[in-house]
Amino acid sequence: MTCEPTTTADPGWRSYGASRRSTRAVRVRVSVALVAAIVLAVLLVPPLVHLDQQAVDLSSKLLPPSWSHPFGTDDLGRDLLLRCVYGMRVSLLVGVAAALTATVIGTAVGGIAGALGGWADRGLMRVVDTFSSVPHLLLGIFIVAMFRPGVWPVVVSVALTHWLSTARIVRAEVLSLRARPYIDAAVSGGASRWRVAVRHLLPAVLPQAALAAVLMVPHAMWHESALSFLGLGLPTHMASLGNLIQGARGSLLAGQWWPTLFPGLFIIIPTLAIAGLAGAWRERINPRRRSELML
Amino acid sequence: MARLAGRRLLFAVPILLVVTFGVFAIAAASPFDPVKAYAGTAALGADAETLERLRENLGVDQPFISRWWHWLTAALTGDLGQSSVLRQPVADVIGERLVWSSLLCAVAFVVAVLAGTVLGVLAARRPGSALDRMITSVAYSLEAAPVFWLALLAVWLFALQLGVLPAGGLTDTASEQVTAHQVAGHLVLPAGVLAVSQLPWFTLYVRQGVGDALTEDPVRGARARGLSERTVLLGHALRSGLLPVLTLVGSRVPELITGALLVESVFSWPGIAAATVEAATAVDFPLLAALTTLATAAVLIGNLLADLLYGLFDPRVKFSDM
Repeated sequence: MTCEPTTTADPGWRSYGASRRSTRAVRVRVSVALVAAIVLAVLLVPPLVHLDQQAVDLSSKLLPPSWSHPFGTDDLGRDLLLRCVYGMRVSLLVGVAAALTATVIGTAVGGIAGALGGWADRGLMRVVDTFSSVPHLLLGIFIVAMFRPGVWPVVVSVALTHWLSTARIVRAEVLSLRARPYIDAAVSGGASRWRVAVRHLLPAVLPQAALAAVLMVPHAMWHESALSFLGLGLPTHMASLGNLIQGARGSLLAGQWWPTLFPGLFIIIPTLAIAGLAGAWRERINPRRRSELML
Repeated sequence: MARLAGRRLLFAVPILLVVTFGVFAIAAASPFDPVKAYAGTAALGADAETLERLRENLGVDQPFISRWWHWLTAALTGDLGQSSVLRQPVADVIGERLVWSSLLCAVAFVVAVLAGTVLGVLAARRPGSALDRMITSVAYSLEAAPVFWLALLAVWLFALQLGVLPAGGLTDTASEQVTAHQVAGHLVLPAGVLAVSQLPWFTLYVRQGVGDALTEDPVRGARARGLSERTVLLGHALRSGLLPVLTLVGSRVPELITGALLVESVFSWPGIAAATVEAATAVDFPLLAALTTLATAAVLIGNLLADLLYGLFDPRVKFSDM
């Protein structure tokens, strides 16, 4: 897959009538259920299930999927289902942290550029252009290489490469909002610049920024897993999904496919679920632009 | 058109300058010590004086701005410094590996464009049909799948289970020289995986473009004239639907580089991307700086190509307006 898992296809596919509308409703429900299941699993499994994901059992190493181990076991006899859930917990935490940081940066830069206009706008947008000229993964690799090892370099490198689209979206939104009568009314009512920005502009761009943040989570997860896979991401004791796939390379070359397959599925499924959810959400806040996930 | 290209290139220069400056600034802010990286394990036993002399020789004692300027002026003459991990000049590293990376990317890109066009047209022909749904679902799933994961599964299936294709490298380990036949065989899997990772994007865009074109008046007119469905689809809808896709091709360079980076590292393909990972693991700053600059230049060239293609293929666009 590419660097842009959820933002590629253009929105605006045509409507095909009632049957498609109902399949869309089903898809939204499935997405909601999946996201809920993922969140619940990530939050509840560690406190409720008293199994040690690190427990090494060499007598049951590299068992294929079975009833007692639905995803099989890895080369140290650890249950892969449990490892995947814990790995997703790490990956999601890093993804959410990076997405939130990126959204704050993007909203601030885009908001300032749109609200101030003029040279500040041009200057900030030049910065955005410059940042987007460096391939994201490469910039991420560079930052991580220079500041290894640790979680924060990964979060910062993902955040620093992902705020650009949010900045563009927020700027465009602020530019269109500035022309609205209620902003004129606030200004002629004597509201200060600051008050207009915080009380009138910010609340209006928040839905877009939040949507961008949600869509960024799988993106950030993907990025983290790529860095970890290259051996440049999270430290190996933090078993993220990328680290799991990296750690399974030896088993894969010996012919065992399950330690590689399942962590990857745990990256794909949240990505599709979040994209489906975000598509429905976008339609609600912005009904004219139809979902990009319409099949 | 030459003027447009010239102006865009002029815009690219400051971006490249800022990117190299940023690279040096990040390195200066990092806790990483270039002297230790250069000397490797030898630095552990060395006394302070030797390290100090080395520091002076490498120019590390100067502020990063002057180091940046020094690097930049040297780079303009073709001297990109010495790679500490590969123990050879950076320019040689890039020269040796660029051809293999370009070959991989070019083959993957062509395959992705061709297959994406075919699949996109098939999907757009009957929107909402079973075929359309299948192609779109698979495309979205592939889009969400990490390319290195696809690459590993491909190795498992084609190299280990079926044993039809080599698992990695450029040639067989036994062979002494690089022959076209060997390279072609070793290229199939990496290029195929890279193409598959770029495929969803093309498929979805072509489907979108052709699907939109099928509802427009020229197509309706062509159908009303009684032209065959094939002519309508390929002669009318595809031609106008492909236009926006073609112009976006140049802007896919970053994704292609990202994909190549991961694919090359799975398949031990001796390209630039694999060198990047090696450089990052060993914190080989000169190599990393050069590769980051090179990738940025590739992205800027891609953007320029996109602009030029846009003007060439769309008669409504005048170059003087851009």
